[in-house]
Amino acid sequence: MSETLSAIISIGFHGLAFAIVLYLISVGLSVTMGMMGFVNLAHGVFAMAGGYLLTGFMRHFGVPFLPALFATAVAAALASIPIERLLYRRLYGGDELDQVLLTMGLIFIATAGATYIWGPVQQPLQPPAWLSGEINVGFRHFPAYRSFLILCGAALVTALWLGLERTAFGARVRAAVDNLRMAQSVGINTSRLFMTTFALGSGLAALGGGLGADLLAISPSYALQYLAYFLIVVAVGGLGSIRGPFVAALLLGIADTGFKYLLPEFGAFFIYALTMAILLWRPRGLFGRA
Amino acid sequence: MGYWRAAAAFFGLHAALILMAFPAIAQTVVKIGLINSYTGFVAEAADQAQKAIDLYLKEHERDLPPGVKLELIRRDDTSNPEVGKRLAQELITREHVQLLTGIVLSPVAAAVAPLTAEAKVPLLISIAAAGVAIPRMSPYVARVTVTLWQLGYPIGKWAAEQGWKTGYTAVSDFIPGHDSEAAFTKGFTYGGGQIIGTVRFPPNNPDFAPFAQRIRDARPDLAFLWVPSGPQGTAMIKAVHDLGVRQAGTQIISTQDLLPDEELPNMGDAPLGIITSGTYSVAGERPANTAFLTAWKREYADKAIPNFLSVDAWDGMAAIFDLIKGTKGNFTADEAMGFFKDWKNPDSPRGPIMIDPETRDIVQNVYIRRLARQSGRLANIEIATIPMVKDPWKELNPVK
Amino acid sequence: MTSRLVDGFARRHRYSVLEALPWLAAFAGYFVFPSYLALGAQILATILFALSADLVLGYAGIVTLGHAAFFGTGAYTAGILAANGWGEPITGLLAAAAAAGLLGLVSGLVVLRTTGLSLLMQTLVVATMVAEAANKASFITGGDDGLQGMEVWPIFGWLRFDLFGRTAYLYCLIVVLLCWWMARRIVHSPFGRSLTGIRENVRRMHAIGAPVSRRRLLIYTISAVLAGISGALIAQTTQFVSLSFLSLERSGTVLIMLIIGGVGRLYGAFIGVPLYMIAQDRFSTVQPVYWYFWIGLLMVVIVVFARGGLLGLFDRFRR
Repeated sequence: MSETLSAIISIGFHGLAFAIVLYLISVGLSVTMGMMGFVNLAHGVFAMAGGYLLTGFMRHFGVPFLPALFATAVAAALASIPIERLLYRRLYGGDELDQVLLTMGLIFIATAGATYIWGPVQQPLQPPAWLSGEINVGFRHFPAYRSFLILCGAALVTALWLGLERTAFGARVRAAVDNLRMAQSVGINTSRLFMTTFALGSGLAALGGGLGADLLAISPSYALQYLAYFLIVVAVGGLGSIRGPFVAALLLGIADTGFKYLLPEFGAFFIYALTMAILLWRPRGLFGRA
Repeated sequence: MGYWRAAAAFFGLHAALILMAFPAIAQTVVKIGLINSYTGFVAEAADQAQKAIDLYLKEHERDLPPGVKLELIRRDDTSNPEVGKRLAQELITREHVQLLTGIVLSPVAAAVAPLTAEAKVPLLISIAAAGVAIPRMSPYVARVTVTLWQLGYPIGKWAAEQGWKTGYTAVSDFIPGHDSEAAFTKGFTYGGGQIIGTVRFPPNNPDFAPFAQRIRDARPDLAFLWVPSGPQGTAMIKAVHDLGVRQAGTQIISTQDLLPDEELPNMGDAPLGIITSGTYSVAGERPANTAFLTAWKREYADKAIPNFLSVDAWDGMAAIFDLIKGTKGNFTADEAMGFFKDWKNPDSPRGPIMIDPETRDIVQNVYIRRLARQSGRLANIEIATIPMVKDPWKELNPVK
Repeated sequence: MTSRLVDGFARRHRYSVLEALPWLAAFAGYFVFPSYLALGAQILATILFALSADLVLGYAGIVTLGHAAFFGTGAYTAGILAANGWGEPITGLLAAAAAAGLLGLVSGLVVLRTTGLSLLMQTLVVATMVAEAANKASFITGGDDGLQGMEVWPIFGWLRFDLFGRTAYLYCLIVVLLCWWMARRIVHSPFGRSLTGIRENVRRMHAIGAPVSRRRLLIYTISAVLAGISGALIAQTTQFVSLSFLSLERSGTVLIMLIIGGVGRLYGAFIGVPLYMIAQDRFSTVQPVYWYFWIGLLMVVIVVFARGGLLGLFDRFRR
């Protein structure tokens, strides 16, 4: 097959994998920011924790890959509950700067903690044997792990969207994002909703961080290093939306990969210029609520 | 009777005082300032070096001449050059150090260098700071670590001599990357090779898939990669592996920054077969290395694996100790620089090393290593040695 | 009755004795801590940086993660001039102020069209692009190795920048004093008070016909000028500039130092900056990992127990 077509497919594939990881991590941030109006810069900490937990479960406890993934998501979700109740809850609807200070403080604590426990060396992910190597789809080879990542991600995204559209919980979430006071007056227990949504978002972030350890390396400085990416996805996608970040992540993932392939000297510029242009055109993000 | 007792007490007291003062008079304390980047994005490198320094002190403290003590004052430049410069200033004016050492980042070394000339305090760069022109910034700077051209040029020449004809370079888009690219290109083309394409990627790039794709498209005989040590190296190796660059027939070549020994256990099989140039590998076979590793394991067991930065710092301490032993702890800046210019160490864990009297820079063996499994573990196996390499950039660009 | 209102106003905005305290302390510091002057100079310059951030953050309510762009632009302007033959410090300072102000004006026109998260992201994007540009232009900026060959001439021809940091300290002290005085006048002027209005209730301000966007742009530009001056001060006193002057880390750290001290009170900078920098200087060598942990813990504790920063806490005690 022609070289250009092959290159395009390759770019598309890898861009998609990158996009899925970004989306899984950022969707929770988008919903909690839209719903609680809380600037959670420490969201990346949950993704980082996911990476450490996954590699920890697999290497030190010998847990197989899929159960380890499940355990990671659950552990992160549970761990987020006390943080939300004790710390975040105090600052809902409050001063943004306080939220920035709190979450930055959490990032520092997490960075120090990770360095202390695991050391400054990065934790690479060793995919299980059945996911190493390549998949042969006849005309091309694709790396098996990234293919799994894309399929797994797509499944999760679909489940998320269906859940939001079809379940009562999803309806409550949508209501609270649209108009919090109205939702409260209709009798929705927003306090419990916040807690559950936050836990769900954190669990997803952990899943994204763990699955994506291949792409975004796990090290103590993870939360700070990739913060800009997550914020761009959420800002461009639109707060409170779950489709928005998906489009933004696709745009970021594929455009970034594409630009770097075609014009590597200017690689990073384009993505930032694109972000700026989109935000100027649509300040609330592509799918943000007006 | 009382008169004798008083006199005895008087003389006894004075004798005691004189005896007590004696160690103080005979004791020389040599103050050395160590500037390291304990916090910031190179904290891991700082840690690797610090462990070696602590180990050397522990093993060799007794080698100091009698009555001479070494006081090592540690400071954290937080990976910021202006902080490093201020710390050097304070170490000189407040702590009155006789010598400065350490330094991980080239910009920090560049910031500190002018101070050494102004205050006449020598700086022995002992961790990294591989910018080629740094020793030229002041006559009081010497270096025992490495230069970027020392790693890039010899492997370029060696690769051309092995028969590889076409090359592609892919480096990080900032000065260390540019220098490595220039060094490799010079060496490779000198040996008869031809560079058919180059690409530079943004300094903080997370995913290298598009760049690996470009390399694959060009189908070169070999691809020279350079990224800063750490997560980017692993990401690059993964991308190259996932896009099947080697399967398409391209040999991957890089420097030791891509495959630091302490990261090897976590890398899986992806980097097998990569050839790198380096100054130190844990798998290096020489008695000095065996002794070094034994001492290291005794102290740190499995908690840490030494790498080239550790050995740099180790050798830096050796040079300083030799200076102290030779001068009994009393030296002026000019005497120290005179000593360093003539310094040789045939027994470093990395092989024989010396400081070049003309450039005050390190002269050492550069090894070509291939990554392979040895006793079940990944190791950088030395397959060729290019002996006593002087910094090629300074050779090609002499001071006018 | 009107005269009582006017008196009340005048009382609130008059200079009080307390305000002279930090400056007296700073002057005394020159004599009391002669071996810490280099650190002192850097603390003073950073106080100015935090002060400039306070103007946009605390008074105009513009949350920015890209203030280092102005700091770095000022630093590089002064640096490039000094490295290419023009080392006169005061004109260098003015040039840096102008360059940073220009960047503030141009970027402000784009960035200030939005609010909230969008605004935050835009400031981040601008700062990142400036940092990329500086890296790419390594033939002027020195790139990753830093700007070399800076030669700053003695002030007025006879005050040389020495190894002990004496000249540096006094230079920074006087410049920061002048800038602080300027900032104070701005904050206590009708313009300054309208900023508080803009921060608290934009719609009302529009309703009363206040030129909101013009005012925001003005304070953003002024803040950029001050940030540029602070960058130039550090460049001139250390005779070195590097890409770290433009980093996200620098923008974030100044924000943290300011919030710890207390935002919107003009003096938060004077408390937060020395506290943070001295603590870092003392503790980061002892056990670097612990440094991040304890400063993080301090930040969390301040938010939970001392809302409004340390100055806010102090206020509560007074009452």
